[in-house]
Amino acid sequence: MSLLTAIVLLPLAGFLLNGLAGNRLGSRFVSTVGCGLPIAAFAVTLKGVFDLHAAGWAPRIEDVYAWLVAGDNRFEVAFYLDRLSAVMALIVTGVGSLIHLYSIGYMKDDKSYARYFAYLNLFLFFMLLLVLGRSMLVLFVGWEGVGLASYLLIGFWFEDPDKARAGKKAFITNRIGDAGFLLGMFVLYQAFGTLDMDRINAAFLTGAAAPAVSATLVGLLLFVGASGKSAQIPLHVWLPDAMAGPTPVSALIHAATMVTAGVYLVARMSGIYMNAPEASAVIAGIGAATAFFAATIAVVQTDIKKVLAYSTISQLGFMFVAAGVGAYGVAIFHLYTHAFFKACLFLGAGSVIHAMSGEQDVRKMGGLARKIPVTFATFTLATAAIAGIPPLAGFFSKDEILWFAFASSRGGSGLLFATVATTALLTSFYMFRLVWLTFFGRSRMTAEAEHHVHESPFSMTSVLVVLAGLSAIGGFLSIPHFLEPQLPLPAIVPALEHFETPLLIVSIALAFGGLAGAAFVYGGAPGRAERLSARFATLHRVLSGKYYVDEAYEALIGRPLLWLSERVFLRIGDRLMFDGSLHGLAALGRSAAAGFARVQNGNLHFYALLVLVGIVGSIAWGWRHV
Amino acid sequence: MLIGVSVALFALGLLGVIARRNVLVMLMCMELMLNGVNLSLVTFAQQTGAAAGAVLVFLVFVVATAEIAIAIPIVLLLVKRKEVLDLDAYSDLKG
Repeated sequence: MSLLTAIVLLPLAGFLLNGLAGNRLGSRFVSTVGCGLPIAAFAVTLKGVFDLHAAGWAPRIEDVYAWLVAGDNRFEVAFYLDRLSAVMALIVTGVGSLIHLYSIGYMKDDKSYARYFAYLNLFLFFMLLLVLGRSMLVLFVGWEGVGLASYLLIGFWFEDPDKARAGKKAFITNRIGDAGFLLGMFVLYQAFGTLDMDRINAAFLTGAAAPAVSATLVGLLLFVGASGKSAQIPLHVWLPDAMAGPTPVSALIHAATMVTAGVYLVARMSGIYMNAPEASAVIAGIGAATAFFAATIAVVQTDIKKVLAYSTISQLGFMFVAAGVGAYGVAIFHLYTHAFFKACLFLGAGSVIHAMSGEQDVRKMGGLARKIPVTFATFTLATAAIAGIPPLAGFFSKDEILWFAFASSRGGSGLLFATVATTALLTSFYMFRLVWLTFFGRSRMTAEAEHHVHESPFSMTSVLVVLAGLSAIGGFLSIPHFLEPQLPLPAIVPALEHFETPLLIVSIALAFGGLAGAAFVYGGAPGRAERLSARFATLHRVLSGKYYVDEAYEALIGRPLLWLSERVFLRIGDRLMFDGSLHGLAALGRSAAAGFARVQNGNLHFYALLVLVGIVGSIAWGWRHV
Repeated sequence: MLIGVSVALFALGLLGVIARRNVLVMLMCMELMLNGVNLSLVTFAQQTGAAAGAVLVFLVFVVATAEIAIAIPIVLLLVKRKEVLDLDAYSDLKG
């Protein structure tokens, strides 16, 4: 079998094996299959990347089969490996495998162990389809598939109606984005008669596309899809609720891989966006706004996973800022470093939750540093990485984003930089706040919970250590440089070139500023945080209420829709028109039958009379018409 | 003139079938209708000189005979049950 097909199909095999037979064959079999096949997929991906390297990085195309042939329209399933999809596939299979391994320890007491691994493998299958697909159609199938897997895993503990509802919310919110994505695909297909992304990019880059289709329109439509999947304003509401799923799922799907699919899409279709400065400006603007607002919300959240969720939204905003100013390679770079440290943070949070027997409220933690040292060390390292403290991974990618937001000739501006820089400061602040509340200070646990605190098993901590190591050194691999032949970086505005070093210092200062702020507020004399929130009570309330976006959607969309469905569609449409017309027809039939039944009364004279009438009638008709 | 007679015969028969209640009279009226038709057939045959009309008359005779041969036993059986010849008494025989 060909290489790329094997990468995609290995996790699918895991899904089928675990899904069909996992329950009967015991947890040892489930773990072996569930983790072994993703690791195998990772190995095959590595082999594929080495082959690609040997071939001088010429894209490798594998046609699998023609899915649909209708007249002149051909839709083929084909896989495509180039520098960009190689990076993505390595992240997906690599981080994915680590999280699978972690799950063995985290989920071992769950009664639906096999189902969990089946879903996780299914997710990997669709994610690889998304990443490796050559045509947008294959990408879209993967895109929908990861949405499905996400839905299944958010609602994994579906006995709890709240969790099931969170799954539905994620699915439906994504549907809105998908509508935009589909429309974008239709427009592109109409213009080019193909959905192969390399061909579309080439058409845009050579300028052949310019008369056929508006790049701005397509770019915006595709970005609607991307903003749904990657939780950007205004479709960001699903991601915080998605934390209802098991924590490794949050790490894999809602931090490291699936939510970055939108960034991948924008980078993949960079040919379109290079021709659409307006669409790019929208992306950068929405990215910056999302980054900033999500970061402000994260500052006041008290649920450890919610903080991380808003942090993810905020970091995705960073990536879109980079993509919006034309630095696609930098966006992928941040995606790559973010996958490491955010997965590490989520898994660390999972380890904390595990230690606390399910408690997620940081107000009930504190002083955990000495009790769970490995978790503490890795979590803090990942926090420093996301905050952008050099020389950890996050520093490099975030610094480059700040730089391009400021100086890119494709839409960089002072305002964009100011927003992103403020967000970077906030990021550092809320992440270290989380560290302080969780690991330092006096313990705020109940005596019983404190008694139960224990370090997680080796299968979990080892993964944490690996991810922390990657968060530390991952930044030295310069992804933008690696991707440059495919995704060239935008030119720097010449007048701003000499700002590079000052901005580097600003970036470092921001990271340490956030650290200092958190240390001052949460590490200093007790009660400072409370006094601060009392001082800005209104602001605190708005932030805790997440800007009341959910409430606004409920009032503006949810309730009118419900009213419309209830009054118009149900009462008038369904009951009156549909049921009414059908019941009316039935009643007509019944009464007509009753009328005709009366004719058959057994009276032969009457029958004869009817025959007479018939004969006379037909003769009269014949006489008049023939 | 013969056509007029045949139409009159047919109309009388039809009227009898519809108006009279006695089963035997109704059967006889049906024969009248048949004979009206026969008369018209013979007349037309003679006028046009075609033998086919006259042949058709024999067919009608045969059919009428067969019909009576079945109808009379049915009437006999009916009368055996209720001992009346009034057809309305048997309207409960409807399906």
